[in-house]
Amino acid sequence: MADEALFLLLHNEMVAGLYRAAEQGEGENGRCTTKLESMGFRVGQGLIERFTKDTARFKDELDIMKFICKDFWTTVFKKQIDNLRTNHQGIYVLQDNKFRLLTQMSAGKQYLEHAPKYLAFTCGLIRGGLSNLGIKSIVTAEVSSMPACKFQLQLTSVMSMCRKMIRPARRYKDITKTLEEIGGCWILLVTTFV
Amino acid sequence: METGIICHRPQNYPLYIRSVPTENELKFHYTVHTSLDVVDEKISAMGKAMVDQRELYLGLLYPTEDYKVYGYVTNSKVKFVMVVDSSNTALRDNEIRSMFRKLHNSYTDIMCNPFYNPGDRIHSRAFDNMVNSMMMQVC
Repeated sequence: MADEALFLLLHNEMVAGLYRAAEQGEGENGRCTTKLESMGFRVGQGLIERFTKDTARFKDELDIMKFICKDFWTTVFKKQIDNLRTNHQGIYVLQDNKFRLLTQMSAGKQYLEHAPKYLAFTCGLIRGGLSNLGIKSIVTAEVSSMPACKFQLQLTSVMSMCRKMIRPARRYKDITKTLEEIGGCWILLVTTFV
Repeated sequence: METGIICHRPQNYPLYIRSVPTENELKFHYTVHTSLDVVDEKISAMGKAMVDQRELYLGLLYPTEDYKVYGYVTNSKVKFVMVVDSSNTALRDNEIRSMFRKLHNSYTDIMCNPFYNPGDRIHSRAFDNMVNSMMMQVC
């Protein structure tokens, strides 16, 4: 059980440290959130690779979202997402009524203006995980009353865009690209072939 | 005779290629490229066929007169393709499965390496050693 406190404390220090460094350095507030989000992105990519190693193949987008809400959230935050809503057109809203990273801060409206800083990492985490599963997304978070928060996901699936590509043209382009890397003289041979 | 190649989704360029012996590498490039289409077919057909829908291992993709091609796709859409000499009949399905598991485990370790940017070619020595030992075991 001790590892839960470790991640919480490390995360809080990370946020505080970044903002302290920003004050002493350039002093641009917006970049800290971006840095936190990109940190979360890379961590999310690695995490999702580990978590999906032994799970069965995902059937569709909804399957992936359910995985994020149940298994992924449970492994990272030791609880599931409380409410998942969607408009079936790529927008999902994940609601967590007792977000682990905010419970220690306050139980109402106090410190509300500081809450977004502590959600940036988790937004990146979700975005990184989804990107490794083939889904480009935009993740934003909002807090109306601590410790409940909502994550809004806007998805565009890369797989659906790939299927629209014409197969022969893609294969031709890819073969020439690979061959250019090896040795240029083979390109002529392939063009006469195809 | 044997090659293990990993191809990244969705751009389908190879992240890692290794073959033993090394002189026929170009032939293996072609083989793997054409087998990518078979992999895509199998993934898209899974929704309708209801067969092995939940498995990551795709099995024998197609046999030719010289060699057999096996495929494996992870949930993060990374495709592993293995080309094995047909004369090597001692290799059973279970062994191929376990080789793919090992590849997948090593790939997961690489993803967690902070010095690796997802999408780059794989230069990790640990991965090289794992693949080498696997291929020595077979050949």
